[in-house]
Amino acid sequence: MSDATSINHELEASFGDYFALLKPRVMSLVVFTALVGLLVAPVSVHPFVALVAIICIAVGGGAAGALNMWWEADIDALMLRTRARPIPSGRVARGEALAIGLTLAAFSVVMLWLATNVVAAGLLAFTIFFYVVIYTMGLKRRTPQNIVIGGAAGGFPPMVGWAAATGGVSLESLLMFALIFAWTPPHFWALSLFVKGDYARAGVPMLPEVAGRAATRRHILAYSLVLAVVSLALGATSVGGPLYMAVALVMNALFLRAARAVARRSDADSDGDRHRAERALFRLSLLYILFMFGALLAEAGLKSFGMGGW
Amino acid sequence: MRFRPDHELHRRRASRNYGLGAVLLAFAALVFGLSLVKARENGVPGLRQAGAGAPAITAGESGR
Repeated sequence: MSDATSINHELEASFGDYFALLKPRVMSLVVFTALVGLLVAPVSVHPFVALVAIICIAVGGGAAGALNMWWEADIDALMLRTRARPIPSGRVARGEALAIGLTLAAFSVVMLWLATNVVAAGLLAFTIFFYVVIYTMGLKRRTPQNIVIGGAAGGFPPMVGWAAATGGVSLESLLMFALIFAWTPPHFWALSLFVKGDYARAGVPMLPEVAGRAATRRHILAYSLVLAVVSLALGATSVGGPLYMAVALVMNALFLRAARAVARRSDADSDGDRHRAERALFRLSLLYILFMFGALLAEAGLKSFGMGGW
Repeated sequence: MRFRPDHELHRRRASRNYGLGAVLLAFAALVFGLSLVKARENGVPGLRQAGAGAPAITAGESGR
């Protein structure tokens, strides 16, 4: 056997493994919502500065993802869904993920500061801190409301985008935050009802396992009601308009109907049709966030042609 | 002339090196582009002073 073959090349990291540390799928939602937050703001930003700002927000979100993987390597190794991630699979060392996460976090915050302003940079720094320290290290393994707290972390990117353009925080940006905050629990809990997660084995207290699946169904409906109120309130602000309101009315009606269907079912019903209503709600939740933020973007686009808005 | 095909190990290392190279080039391009945009938007104080000072020196010299 030669020296080369004695090394297990499966454990050698490629560039893609380091990129996977940044959780690219989460990053895509971060980029989309941050871009909408930046573009609907009433202050125009130079396109190149906007591009740099969005890259900084994406990289900051990715840094938070890398730090999350650094901290959660122990439970990632226990769960089927996460077992193939770069750290538990042995391709990237924990220390590397920590170093990459901290470096990218620092670079993204400083670059966002230089490109835009201190408020946007401060909000991005707080987002990373909130996701890594408050959510990942602090509360995720301690409370069954972990998804709610994770939703708060997901709500910050449009606020950072808005702050990058305006240099501040406003009712509009707070309501965009609240929209994602209220949307996340029904989105994830719907998934948790039909994907048999192995969170229990990893010691993560998810709501269906701690409070029961019936309680989870009621929680889904309650948050869907909050979501409807928040999304309509957002439509009444300066970023809303007739088009947004029309989309909000249709999407919320569909969402509430789907959430009510999930809330009214028993587990036996759910098992009987292979979780049809739960799957439908999950799919609808993806369309919901896409359409709502898309409608905000469309209003901003119409405004530039002298239409749209109130 | 290649004697042996590249090992999977080398392919992975190469992807890391090229990937990092691309990231560093992109970073340099972003900083450069940002500098140009900021200079154009806000002006460059040093350059403006030099520009304002240049005619004054010329005027002073022409007055001699």
